[in-house]
Amino acid sequence: MLLSGADILVECLIEQGCETVFGYPGGQILNVYDSLYTHQDRITHILTAHEQGAAHAADGYARVTGKVGVVISTSGPGATNLVTGIANAYLDSVPLVAICGNVTTAQIGSDSFQEIDITGVTLPITKHNYFVGSVEELADVVREAFLLARSGRPGPVLIDIPKDVQIAKCEYEPQETQQEVPKSAAKDIRIEEAAALLNAAKRPFIYFGGGVIAAGAQAEMLETAEKLDAPLGCSLMGLSAVPTDHPRFLGMQGMHGHYASSMAMHHADLILSLGVRFNDRVTGNRQKFAVGAKIVHIDVDGSELSKTVNAACGLRGDVKFTLQKLLTRLDNHPKPQWQEEIAAFRRDEECLLDKRTGMTPRNVICEINTQIGANTAVCTDVGQHQMWAAQNLSFKTPRRFVSSGGLGTMGFGFGAAIGAAIGTRERSVLITGDGSFGMNLNELMTAVRYNIPVTVVIMDNGVLGMVRQWQTLFFNRHYSNTVLDRGIDYGAFARAFGADGETAESTAELNAALNRSFAREGPYIIDCKIDKDEFVLPMLPPGGSMDDIITRLEVKA
Amino acid sequence: MNRYTVAVLVNNKFGVLNRVTSMFRRRQFNINALTVSETETSALSRITVVFSGEDQAKQQLINQLYKLPDVCSIKEFNAEDAVSCELLLIKMKNDAQTRDEIRHAADAFGAVIVDYSKDYIMFRLTDSTGRIDDFINLMREYTIMEICRTGSVSLEKGSSTIRQIVNL
Repeated sequence: MLLSGADILVECLIEQGCETVFGYPGGQILNVYDSLYTHQDRITHILTAHEQGAAHAADGYARVTGKVGVVISTSGPGATNLVTGIANAYLDSVPLVAICGNVTTAQIGSDSFQEIDITGVTLPITKHNYFVGSVEELADVVREAFLLARSGRPGPVLIDIPKDVQIAKCEYEPQETQQEVPKSAAKDIRIEEAAALLNAAKRPFIYFGGGVIAAGAQAEMLETAEKLDAPLGCSLMGLSAVPTDHPRFLGMQGMHGHYASSMAMHHADLILSLGVRFNDRVTGNRQKFAVGAKIVHIDVDGSELSKTVNAACGLRGDVKFTLQKLLTRLDNHPKPQWQEEIAAFRRDEECLLDKRTGMTPRNVICEINTQIGANTAVCTDVGQHQMWAAQNLSFKTPRRFVSSGGLGTMGFGFGAAIGAAIGTRERSVLITGDGSFGMNLNELMTAVRYNIPVTVVIMDNGVLGMVRQWQTLFFNRHYSNTVLDRGIDYGAFARAFGADGETAESTAELNAALNRSFAREGPYIIDCKIDKDEFVLPMLPPGGSMDDIITRLEVKA
Repeated sequence: MNRYTVAVLVNNKFGVLNRVTSMFRRRQFNINALTVSETETSALSRITVVFSGEDQAKQQLINQLYKLPDVCSIKEFNAEDAVSCELLLIKMKNDAQTRDEIRHAADAFGAVIVDYSKDYIMFRLTDSTGRIDDFINLMREYTIMEICRTGSVSLEKGSSTIRQIVNL
């Protein structure tokens, strides 16, 4: 049938199984919005307050559903407002398709009104991007973009569509959704090498990341852990892959990781790394990182193997399929002595645990734990609250922790929580700080407008806590531009937007507030007052190793 | 630091060279020379990259190239298994005192005079990168006015071709 480019785009989105897209209209994408209007019975569009919020919402939606998130914007400022959202998805390997309008092909390159070279701008932060020069190529570009976004190591893909291409017509042939590029295990010879190393290990440790969630390799990973008698630890992106209370799970690694998890990795003689990269936030000083350990690294992205840390054995392949083959070659090796050491690390961690009563960061997160169900997505912004959440939240289901890991985007949370609530079809919780919340609180309009159930817990300390922590430790307590003390009445703010909220000054008040928020519809804001000098501990100082770990601090202003 | 030559077959599309060089730039790969041209089919272009670095960096460069959807195949060349050459154009000041010495040196390298006036001589030399370096170093004894060189192009010896390589 003869269709306009705009109609072809929307037909292709429906072809790809898109039910909900996020975005913001404008001059050069008007034709697409006209098609969305005529197809509104088949595809839902969520209008956000700002394009960045739309990009983060598509990101959050993609993380909780495993589907490709879609965000639509106009040209120029609409497109550049997506940039942070696209970069965020790129660094966390989230499948995202961003669609931008642009000026007509005749005007391209002449610095027209709201013209920007968005394919040029997003080149280093997308898996790939397309400038669609003619309507004839549009349908196949959209199909290829979705395939690319979700195959291999997922990531964002951008499609730039000039206005005349949206208007022009051509024949459209509906197609079935293209199957993914076939997944394959790593080479047999590498699997043999890896099996030999694993079977010889005395103190094996399994370190996993978001790649395990993307590959759905949790069951294979846990079976491997049983055979090796190994503990598990993860990067921030790996959280929620296995239930937090799994007996082999020691928690997150790295700069603010769990003590037992970091110690076990530090003392391991073999680290089996699954769908994870050795980010500087995990390794600290790479020269001193797990010096006694051989690394066996499985990743679908070959460029991650030996990128920053040398692997004794690097396996490029799908984590699930590779583990399936590897498992047949592993012996059962109980390691009572290693388990004894791990138990000792756990006891040490137990001693270090913050057991104070009152509105401590840990107690706030533990209150949230009592409210969330197995399907509740918990989103965060970036800073101290994010680390407290990562350390203390309890998960039962994969894809229920939504946090900006690689880019560390303050302002990610509210958009993501909206996308996550739509994706899970139930209330999501946003844990944020007063700094981060200030960056994208405009999205409260979106949550109110669509009655999206999001409980916002602001860990409100009146300061930029993480930066303050560094200033305390490394900058002679020069609290340069980190004191906020804006005195905002968040309940009044919520009511002004048509939502509701309250302040909680004790754990009992927080508990009651959470109960109220879960019993109602739509967004609810809880302003949780905490002290400005709470620290995220333990902490590996930047460039340090486990020998430099800070576990206790008597810091009070 | 080692020197590596890598041939990359890419889709002959608008902006592909930019995608490749943008990746080199942001990952800070140390590129010595880069050539690009159409191939035996107009659908594909061939990029020859000469790169200095450690083996791990070379492997990273190849792995990163594989992630670009427009890259079709990649072949790394050993000096022994490939023919590599480069083209040099060099403009020398022409004066009576040095004219004969320059022409003798050019003869020794097999450089050809492609233009000549009373003020300057232009030579053309096609040879390995090393020999061209040597020739230029020799010419530094005199007055070099301008240099343009293409960077190395390479083909593997024997009947196999880069298009036969199956990725992954």
